[in-house]
Amino acid sequence: MKTNGATPGIERLAASGMAALEVDDLRFAYPDGTPSLRGVSFRVAPGEKVALVGPNGAGKSTLLLNLNGILRAHGGTVRVFGEELSERSAPLIRARVGLLFSNPDDQLFSATVLEDVAYGPLHMGLPEDEVLARSREALRAVGMAGFEDRVPHRLSLGQKRRVAIATVLSMGTPILALDEPTASLDPRSRRELIELLDRLPLTILVATHDLGMVSDVLPRTILMDAGLAIADGQSRLILNDAVTLGAHGLEPLSAHGHPHA
Amino acid sequence: MSALAGFLDRYQERESLLHRLDARAKLPAALGFIVAVTFTREGEWLTLALLFAPIPLLVALSRLGAALVLRRSLLALPFVATAIPLVFTRPGDPVFELPLTGWTASAEGIRAVATIMARAWIAVLTAVILVATTPAVELLRALRSLRVPALLISTISFAYRYLYVVGDEAQRMIRARDSRSATIPGARAGRSVAWRAGVAGRMVGSLFVRSLERSERVYAAMQARGYHGELRFLHNPPLPRTDLALGAALVAYGALVQAAAYLR
Repeated sequence: MKTNGATPGIERLAASGMAALEVDDLRFAYPDGTPSLRGVSFRVAPGEKVALVGPNGAGKSTLLLNLNGILRAHGGTVRVFGEELSERSAPLIRARVGLLFSNPDDQLFSATVLEDVAYGPLHMGLPEDEVLARSREALRAVGMAGFEDRVPHRLSLGQKRRVAIATVLSMGTPILALDEPTASLDPRSRRELIELLDRLPLTILVATHDLGMVSDVLPRTILMDAGLAIADGQSRLILNDAVTLGAHGLEPLSAHGHPHA
Repeated sequence: MSALAGFLDRYQERESLLHRLDARAKLPAALGFIVAVTFTREGEWLTLALLFAPIPLLVALSRLGAALVLRRSLLALPFVATAIPLVFTRPGDPVFELPLTGWTASAEGIRAVATIMARAWIAVLTAVILVATTPAVELLRALRSLRVPALLISTISFAYRYLYVVGDEAQRMIRARDSRSATIPGARAGRSVAWRAGVAGRMVGSLFVRSLERSERVYAAMQARGYHGELRFLHNPPLPRTDLALGAALVAYGALVQAAAYLR
């Protein structure tokens, strides 16, 4: 996918040493007072593919919602290609960070697949012919070309997930943040989605319990628990550290087998 | 999300005498007192004052704080305001004329509207205190013990249960949309109001379809557990005598004030 004109190309950015995403001491609590993020910091280079793993309630989804200002952090900063996230910059940041929600039914609200994929670029105010070109290109990239006029709620879950990814790709965001993209998928749909993530030349952050996917296509892992980043490093090291994984409610890959081996 | 729960649920957790009272005593007491209030005739200011008297006492007993009860009681204001035209339509001694319209306010009209507003306000205050001191589930249980038809209670309890689910669903959809509502430099974002309204309309439509599909799943799950048209509940513990007596006292007070007013 090409990125939109607002954002410089990944190669040039990577060479310049600028981070795609810089999260510094991010803090967030839900209105009932439960702290969800208690000071999370990390940095993601352009083109990096990072897994966020951790037990339910660790704060993974909350972190993703903080990356483009859907939730407003109570402390700390988020920088996207150097631009600090604020009330004012949030609409600009959303053109750079595409968020994929765990339930595609939340994401797909239009009458047809094409209309839904076109929503993002239409909202940006792009001319219609470019919107159409982008939307068709995005659908092609996720292997859903030919489904333009279908009704979203008649698709299978795997197809909905791929259309949901297309709705974000059509915006040309250089960063993609996905929440549980492989949950409840059958093995083939899961495999196709993993290959898609591998193919996309974007900066990708994936919150997931699917450690098989992590070891296949996400070279770096951030392990979260109780609102903190516990470990951050190479996936193959973290995924084989049975002691650390066990202490945070996860099982090393060998323990639950390699479903797709 | 918990934010929504806080918004919808009117129950306020406190440790107080009113909170501890059995809902089966509180609900009939509140309803009975409200009925007594509605009997107040126009211009019976003393009666209204006497009927208002227990409210500050109840607020104190409930430990809700006067500010919270007052704020919530004002929510009913728009409904009460529909009585205002009476000021001009009721014939009687002219008091003032509304400029430009030629409408004349009558003393009788003002008296009627003031009475209606005071009655409604006392009734709303009573209901606010009841709902803030009683969890919704207990109110439903109390309705059942008052022999309200089971079908009606099932409907209310489903509404209560799934309002949260649908509300959360709506919130997630709005987040997903906002997340794709981006701005790029050099272009006007958001297109037209009509376009955005169309998007919102389709979101409502898809929320409706999803709710309908959910209702089918919920119904299938209920049937799988043996549902055939009637919800069965656990038996209630006995109703404490003192609770019943306190509830009866409130209704009796309201009835007494009215009886005195009518006999005078």
